[in-house]
Amino acid sequence: MKARIHITLKAGVLDPQGKAIHHALEGLGFGGVQDVRQGKFIEIELPDGDAAAAKAKVAEMCEQLLANTVIEDYAVEIDG
Amino acid sequence: MTAAVIVFPGSNCDRDVAVSLAAAMGHAPIMAWHGDSSLPDVDLIVVPGGFSYGDYLRSGAMAANSPIMREVIARANRGTPVLGICNGFQVLTECGLLPGVLMRNASLKFVCRDVHLRVERADTIFTSQYTQGQVIRIPVAHHDGNYFTDPATHQALEDNGQVAFRYCAVDGAITEDSNPNGSLANIAGILNTAGNVLGMMPHPERLADPLLGGLDGAPMFSALAEALAA
Repeated sequence: MKARIHITLKAGVLDPQGKAIHHALEGLGFGGVQDVRQGKFIEIELPDGDAAAAKAKVAEMCEQLLANTVIEDYAVEIDG
Repeated sequence: MTAAVIVFPGSNCDRDVAVSLAAAMGHAPIMAWHGDSSLPDVDLIVVPGGFSYGDYLRSGAMAANSPIMREVIARANRGTPVLGICNGFQVLTECGLLPGVLMRNASLKFVCRDVHLRVERADTIFTSQYTQGQVIRIPVAHHDGNYFTDPATHQALEDNGQVAFRYCAVDGAITEDSNPNGSLANIAGILNTAGNVLGMMPHPERLADPLLGGLDGAPMFSALAEALAA
């Protein structure tokens, strides 16, 4: 079973990397880009079992290590 | 006085700070490996600069979860002084001993130069050999030094006098130009509410010997040696 985790900056937190990407896209000629925010994607392989329990365990991993909840939000999906 | 310097894989300012501590204490500190779950009884714990765990995931995030950090947190909560420098400051925020977070520098650049700091609190064991409002010159070298916290925590830091150092111009003025990384309110270093834990992004150990071109960092170590003498 696979956990897919998206870690993103909370709204309002400065994202200069997102801005740099935005400028680079404009420089490449992609008009109409209104905003860019960069986040992280983490995949965790877990043994097959109860999806709800796995989701709770992965959320705990996010709280303790994978995300810094001062400035980041996280979203967990369980596959399989 | 005894001290321990915590060493993580990727720490690279541990030996520099050991040199500054030895000069002030008259003997070498203990170098404590991150994987040990026990730590000898010491008067001061230093979490040094560097790139622990390669800054993977987030600077200081994995170091903050090392076995030895459980003991460092317990000691800090019992009043043992803890000094976190640069990556050490990042570790202290990640493990919750200090509030807030150090983010990517607003300019996106790795900044490596001398800066001026205004001493906001000269009444702590770390800063007692400086004077209130004194301007000192200390090097910074970091990519993720942009201090940030939510408005309520920021207000509490200011109200409680927890800001220890601010980036400033050579005359002490707090200006945007003098801020190397975009830190909120030019905050360069903060204390916990009890005053025994200090985290700072600049490196006092890098300007603490005539051979290094300056001595502005030395009073921090001699202040600690004086306060913690047996």
